[in-house]
Amino acid sequence: MTSKDASVTPGDVARIEVEAVNSRQHRSLYKARESIHPMRVAGTFRRLKWWIMGVLLAIYYVTPWLRWDRGVGMPDQAVLVDLEHRRFFFFFIEIWPQEFYYVAGMLIMAGIGLFLVTSVLGRAWCGYACPQTVWVDLYVHVERWLEGDRNARFRLDKAPWNAAKIRKRFTKYLIWLLIAVATGGAWVFYFADAPTLFVKLFTLEASVIAYVTVGILTATTFVFGGFMREQVCTYMCPWPRIQAAMMDENSLTVTYQDWRGEPRGRHRKSADASLLGDCIDCNQCVAVCPMGIDIRDGQQLECINCALCVDACNTIMARTGGTPDLISYTTLKSYEANADGRPALPLKKTIFRARTLVYATLWSCIGLAMLFVLFTRDRLEINVLRDRNPQYVVLSDGSIRNGYTVKILNMEQQERRVLLQVADLPDALMTVVGQDLWPSRTREFVLDADQVKQLQIYVAVPREAVEPGANSFRFSVSDLTGIEQAHYGAIFRAPEE
Amino acid sequence: MSEKKTDEVTGVDTTGHEWDGIRELDNPLPRWWLWTFLACIVWAFGYMIFYPAVPMVSEATPGVLGYSSRGAVHQEIRDARAAQSEMIAKVESLPLAEIRQNADMLQFAINGGRAAYSVNCSQCHGSGAAGSPGYPNLNDDEWIWGGDLEAIATTLRHGIRHPGDDDTRYSEMPAFGRDGILDREQVRAVANRVLALAGQPHDAELAAAGTELYADNCAACHGDAGRGDREQGAPNLADAIWLYGSTEAEIARQIHAPRHGVMPAWGSKLDPVTIKQLTIYVHSLGGGE
Repeated sequence: MTSKDASVTPGDVARIEVEAVNSRQHRSLYKARESIHPMRVAGTFRRLKWWIMGVLLAIYYVTPWLRWDRGVGMPDQAVLVDLEHRRFFFFFIEIWPQEFYYVAGMLIMAGIGLFLVTSVLGRAWCGYACPQTVWVDLYVHVERWLEGDRNARFRLDKAPWNAAKIRKRFTKYLIWLLIAVATGGAWVFYFADAPTLFVKLFTLEASVIAYVTVGILTATTFVFGGFMREQVCTYMCPWPRIQAAMMDENSLTVTYQDWRGEPRGRHRKSADASLLGDCIDCNQCVAVCPMGIDIRDGQQLECINCALCVDACNTIMARTGGTPDLISYTTLKSYEANADGRPALPLKKTIFRARTLVYATLWSCIGLAMLFVLFTRDRLEINVLRDRNPQYVVLSDGSIRNGYTVKILNMEQQERRVLLQVADLPDALMTVVGQDLWPSRTREFVLDADQVKQLQIYVAVPREAVEPGANSFRFSVSDLTGIEQAHYGAIFRAPEE
Repeated sequence: MSEKKTDEVTGVDTTGHEWDGIRELDNPLPRWWLWTFLACIVWAFGYMIFYPAVPMVSEATPGVLGYSSRGAVHQEIRDARAAQSEMIAKVESLPLAEIRQNADMLQFAINGGRAAYSVNCSQCHGSGAAGSPGYPNLNDDEWIWGGDLEAIATTLRHGIRHPGDDDTRYSEMPAFGRDGILDREQVRAVANRVLALAGQPHDAELAAAGTELYADNCAACHGDAGRGDREQGAPNLADAIWLYGSTEAEIARQIHAPRHGVMPAWGSKLDPVTIKQLTIYVHSLGGGE
């Protein structure tokens, strides 16, 4: 077994005396949490996690500070949820409240995207991208930097409260708290102009809701990242339960190849060493696990598939000259094939299968539909609400008048001149409250950029020109400088008799 | 009936309660639940001290913060008034016509006027200002006393036939039938003459008979063509709008013994800003001149 570049024999690898906190035997719902102090590990997946963590944190903290010029009077923040003015800005996209279906579409895409990723990569979200994972990783890193690695932290936990412990704990909590405040603070920047709010937060001029939001998110970040950690995933999050429906025998998942590893044992020089499997029972995989599980128990709901145990095992295998990937990303099908000594399906075939293709097609179709909608959606809209009290007014010359509240939406980020017209109602003339002009069939208005113009309009029609009861007609509005038009079907009501 | 036992599966004592073989384990309360419960009790005592809580004979204990929901409402109203003070000052100082020129001021006045209308005017003129027999419709373009801003403001301030106001709008049509000025047939004739002036179906013979009677008795106020006279508050008889009805019987009844509506002089009850807002609101209802 021992290859020529091995520097250490399996028997020399320090065995960590540990049993997984959440191992199959230990799992109980009726006991207090035992602390888990994952050991430092290096390797491919740890590097990947560093990169993903860096990119995600950068996106989260930097995004509100990106600027995007939208012209005078418009916010210049690239990503802004403007609750006060009911607008959502995302770079070149602006969404009004009635276009919320667009956000719903993005959420559907996110959902299907999650299905797609899960059916191919298993719980990649949990292991790498979930905020809980990212922040816990950050917090553990801070903890390791201040208090040392796994064993040192266990020792410190047990140590009596002396000056050194108080200083270390205080520093740790302080840095955690700063990270938590920065996290909660960054969140509110998405809802207001970031530079302005930043100053206001410090000069105590920001709104109460801003401080409350920062406070709540600071508290959740501090508690979830510092203390609750894996319990959030195991007990609070629904995703570990939902994943079962998303994954199948072709999804990659962190798997212990027990057909290779068992029976595990470390005494390679003993007489029956030839009967032992590849696992030297060094417990490194258990020591590095942030969820406190033993991957050798098999697939379990606590496992977030972060693959740190893969790194740990491969490090040992490289040192002892063993065959790597005793723990590895494997599909259930490949695992069974390997266990039975059959050749496993190539990765290409497990990725491109009916299920993933359906997800990918669905995802792309919705994406294309949304792009199409984005580039063809209305930027000029008209809404009409008929006055119902009174239903109609008889004027002195016997003609009938109806009142309407008309709202014209200019959803473009520039001023527009539009023509409002009463169509399909013969001899109708309109007057506008606040405009002292002769009654006419059409009216010109200037619409402010990105605003709703509300008008109170009266439409009068000679008695002979309308049928008794309800008459259908249209208000139409057209852009005088562009080609855009919008219509609204309205009712003109005349006396019944 | 039941006795305390230890459950074999969990090793936990039972409370001794048993229902159809189901026994209740005597687990301790979850710690977080217990602490939340205790915190609620502490909170409750604090609440009792700081807020009105314990019912006494006539009212509850006031609490050291002196809070009351009525006081909170008053404070909110004061805050709202303070927030509006700038606009209110503008409405007070600017003439009516200028308020109408500014879109923001116009909207502010209309909103304020609508609120004041609902409280003070809707009882007679209706919530939609459509009026009812005897109470003029404020949406249409027929104005007995004039429909421009100043005329509407004057009507609002001094009312119509309001006993306590010297400047009140006042008109009185003689009771032609009741006081014996015209007999029954003559009243019918005049009524048909009025219908003819309004361009409505009528008895041509009676209308012809009423022509001279109308000229002698009615034209002085209502005009030869029945167009009315706003100076005297004489309604227009030649249009499609009728305060007391448009049938021959209804017109004849009004000639026989006219009814005279009364409107309070709001100038003594409402502040000048509210009067201005009401004026602009009524003017905006579609008939403003």
